Amino acid sequence: MSDLIVDATLDKAYPGCVVLTAATLAVRRGTVHALCGENGAGKSTMVKILAGVTSADAGTLSLDDKVIALPSWDRIAARAAAVGIVMQHGSSAETLSVVENAVLGTEGGEILALDAPAAALKKLGEKIGLPVDPHAIAGELTLGAAQRAEILAAIHHGATLLILDEPTAVLTPIEVDGLLATLRSLAAEGTTIIIVTHKLDEVRTVADDVTVLRAGKTVATFSTRDAPLDTKAIARAMVGADLPEPSTVPPPAADAPAMLTVATMHMKGLVKVNFSVRAGEIAGIAGVDGNGQSELARIISGLDRTDAVVTMGDTNASLLSPARRLRVGLAHIHEDRHHGGLLLDSSIADNLVLGRPDITGRFRIDRTRVAAFAKEQVDKLDIRPRDPSVIAATLSGGNQQKIVVARELSRPRIKVVLAVQPSRGVDLGAVAKIHERLRDAARAGAAVLVISADLDELFALCHTIHVMLRGAIVGTRSGGELRAPDAREGLGALMTGASTRASAAKLDPSSGEAIA
Amino acid sequence: MISAILSLAFFAQVLRIAVPYALAAMGGSITERSGVIDLAIESKLLFGAFFAAAVAHATGSAYAGIGGGMLAGAVVAAIQIWCCLRLGANQVLVGVALNLVALGGTRFLLQLIYHEGANSPPVAGFGNAVGTNPLVWLAIACAIALPVAIKRTRWGLRLRAAGDRPDALVSVGVSPTRARLAAALVGGAIAGAGGAQLSLSVGGFVADMSGGRGYIALAMVILSGWRPLYAALACAGIAVADAINIQLQVASIGIPHELAQLVAPALTLLVLIIGGGAHGRSPSALGKQ
Amino acid sequence: MIVTFVRARAVESRRTAALAVVVSLLISIAIGSVLMLAAGKSPAYVWSEMALRTFGDPYLLGQMLYKTTGLIFTGLAVSLALDAGLFNIGVEGQVTAGVVGASLVGAALPPSTPPIVAVPLCLLAAAAFAGCVGYATGVLRVYRGAHEVITGFMLNAIIAGVALWLGNEFLFQNGSTRGPAIVPGARLPQLGFGGSAVNASLFLAILVAVAMWWIRSQTTWGRTWRAIGSEPTTARTVGIDVQHTQILAMVGSAALAGLSASNFVLGHKHAFEEGLGRGVGFLGIAAALLGRLNPLAIIAGALLFGFLSSGGLAVADIVPKELTEMLQGVVVLVVAVIMVWLPTRGVRVPTKGAP
Repeated sequence: MSDLIVDATLDKAYPGCVVLTAATLAVRRGTVHALCGENGAGKSTMVKILAGVTSADAGTLSLDDKVIALPSWDRIAARAAAVGIVMQHGSSAETLSVVENAVLGTEGGEILALDAPAAALKKLGEKIGLPVDPHAIAGELTLGAAQRAEILAAIHHGATLLILDEPTAVLTPIEVDGLLATLRSLAAEGTTIIIVTHKLDEVRTVADDVTVLRAGKTVATFSTRDAPLDTKAIARAMVGADLPEPSTVPPPAADAPAMLTVATMHMKGLVKVNFSVRAGEIAGIAGVDGNGQSELARIISGLDRTDAVVTMGDTNASLLSPARRLRVGLAHIHEDRHHGGLLLDSSIADNLVLGRPDITGRFRIDRTRVAAFAKEQVDKLDIRPRDPSVIAATLSGGNQQKIVVARELSRPRIKVVLAVQPSRGVDLGAVAKIHERLRDAARAGAAVLVISADLDELFALCHTIHVMLRGAIVGTRSGGELRAPDAREGLGALMTGASTRASAAKLDPSSGEAIA
Repeated sequence: MISAILSLAFFAQVLRIAVPYALAAMGGSITERSGVIDLAIESKLLFGAFFAAAVAHATGSAYAGIGGGMLAGAVVAAIQIWCCLRLGANQVLVGVALNLVALGGTRFLLQLIYHEGANSPPVAGFGNAVGTNPLVWLAIACAIALPVAIKRTRWGLRLRAAGDRPDALVSVGVSPTRARLAAALVGGAIAGAGGAQLSLSVGGFVADMSGGRGYIALAMVILSGWRPLYAALACAGIAVADAINIQLQVASIGIPHELAQLVAPALTLLVLIIGGGAHGRSPSALGKQ
Repeated sequence: MIVTFVRARAVESRRTAALAVVVSLLISIAIGSVLMLAAGKSPAYVWSEMALRTFGDPYLLGQMLYKTTGLIFTGLAVSLALDAGLFNIGVEGQVTAGVVGASLVGAALPPSTPPIVAVPLCLLAAAAFAGCVGYATGVLRVYRGAHEVITGFMLNAIIAGVALWLGNEFLFQNGSTRGPAIVPGARLPQLGFGGSAVNASLFLAILVAVAMWWIRSQTTWGRTWRAIGSEPTTARTVGIDVQHTQILAMVGSAALAGLSASNFVLGHKHAFEEGLGRGVGFLGIAAALLGRLNPLAIIAGALLFGFLSSGGLAVADIVPKELTEMLQGVVVLVVAVIMVWLPTRGVRVPTKGAP
């Protein structure tokens, strides 16, 4: 018997996008194994394959020294092989009680007998330090308690390998401490745990071994067997060692006016976010997904009505509707091109002129003008296919995104560009085109704000990068700081919360800054 | 007048009126709890009413008629599930289409079987009696038993999971479509029983006799937060209003009869205006495939 | 509706749409044939008689066109709402509201009112009466979250009852179910066809359909209402006021339904009658779906259902006319199933905020 419980080499691609290429994972029995990487590195896909939730395209997997036939490996087989998974957003039915969720599929008779499993869950929970009321409704529990219930149910069903996909993303700091302590004690009792995370302080606390994925490949492994974990080295492996390429857009003049200012109070998961972007400046918001970036974008675009103060140029846009903000001079690349950027069932041309009365005319659509405009934009961004009458749904992600970028950045008199995850799920060629258009907008004097989880993208574009963590800006780097050799590592540390609280405060020039 | 309202006869009348509404609403709440939009309640009522009368006519037994009505409701539900979940058609559209099919189909069957335009031949029914009408007892039994069955049986657990988080069922190897079919068949049979009350209480089928009760029942399902007992009670409220209205007609004071018939839809609309959408949590997976 | 996209391939969508319509019709004809067999008649005989009699007799042909005219209006009404992501099942009641409006105003005008004044006034009244109903439905949907299918059905019942009450109490004359006649100036000319009911409203219907086609495909209005039906989040992001547009679309849809009063009141009955225009609302759903929301194709869809309605009557001595009534429901069901298999530009029926 080898000491490995998991030994995997996996390939997985989705149409137009490779997620895993011969990514390896070796997990020792009875350890806590952290799987780290940036957004989109392939961590979630890898653990979903292990748990039988997603299928692999190719590769090998052995579990507990047994070779698994990947084509027939599904969730039911994985359950039978004692693999438990707690998904990022949970998988409990919210109107069911904890014990009802736990017995689903193995009810053992027409009439439910819940007393015995409820008592067993309660007892097990007390034993391993995950106290949960088995009769509580899952949807009424706090996120932490709901997660404890799922872990408990997995162990109740005999899981010896327990996978947790970003378990701490939804937890309060105290809950995080409790969870990590529980994971350690579970491992001590012999359960093997794989935890997916970007947060390196947690890795340091809990992990025996670490595997780092980057762009679908395993780039590094670390083990406490060899040496204490070096979180800086892990961060470096996560974000890559390439030197940052600085922005090619000249920095804004010192007296350039602020074109976009944002000041929020405590609201919608945000903690006093204050910043401004000057004319000709490209500013970035870095951060792992779910740290308040989407909320910030919705506040700036006006999709959410809030008390936040937003000014664009000389206009106080705080109370304006999304439509009025666009008229003031906002260009908004929505983070979700399928539900927010495009009408998938309409043609390329129709999408290019959506909400663009300056091209279509106020009432009757000016066909000639639309055709000329569509041709111009298709050429400019190299949208393929080149026929503007093709339906958007049939295009690749990159070409779909080019449509959104083309429409928004060709607006007249742009003052502010809000680009949210502008190159997510987009091929490299398209990324270059999209970045060039964003740089053009800055050169033309607009304030450009790029919200992205991809540090490479931000380095390639930005004069200033703010880092968001748990709804607050925890650090800002700009100008020469971004060209320092350790700039990327420092930002990675801020994003993952690896830097200490004291240093984060020191690095945060914007925290006290009030913009009225 | 007041004494008429407080009399036992009035109470019996309310029960009689309430039974089709309540059975339809309870059937609908089960189907919807499993995640399927049930706009086909009207169809189940109408086919249920027709086949209850047809079977009662053929066999001479009103009890067999109930069976016919329930079976008809379940068959409509099976077609609905097949179109929506197997073939992936839009649930709202399928419901409305099935209602149209029922409207024309029951008339066609009337012609085909009885060569009649609007009425079936008289059949053995339950008349105005309440205590001896098994459908009244069925409705009461459903109101008591369904909440328990939803809470305490495997069938109920799986239908709740199917309506709330179908992938939770998939991940433990249970097909949500099967769970929904199991729910919809029971829901369809119960709604079909409601149809049986329509025809068997008046001793025969009349074209279009459901008269929009299915839509009113669905509104009550939503307002009661998809809880069968509360839906039945909301329907009883509609029935009380209807019955008071009939008493007023008998006493021939006040409202013209054309407007009096509008009490149920007007009350429903009023409740929708005041109450807006749902009270309680809607099944998260409702309407999704 | 994401299923639609998963199955999407880069195919020429118009051809697929035509194919889907043909397949739907073939399936519907097959089901209709089974019903005919159930009635003990040869399907080939019934179908051919239906066609021969309808197209061989000017009166029956005229009756078919009369039915078609009403269906064009209601089909357009249903499709405008569906385009905007709303399911207007209240068309039935909106038609009645339009009929009441047109006949009240038409009867109240001075007897010598010239057509140039009387006809537009009656049409305006029809559209306005119906539009108010649509406004109520739209507001309830947008601001109260009440699903338009349920409120629509309740309003149908209420309008039918109120119209009957109005008739009995105020309008119906000496025991009949017919209200006072509209002034001669408000009447649209008959088109002959053996004295059948078809009238100049047919041209109005075609005109409206062409106008709707133009607005839908050639103007920013059309883009706007289709955008909110296609993807409301995108519509909002690009600056469209989704709630406002939804209410407007519902009002427009209802007004179109109300205009069908031109066929029933101005063109044929010349007065309010109990039950006038009944059933044309629900069949409008069928015409709209079969026309795949394209206003010009809806004319064809309306022709088909006009044929089924009047053809059913034409062969009533062979098979019960209820057969075609049932068949109309079957066609809606078949089209609802078949259109899922289309790649793009599929008809979207809202299920969000669903009952």
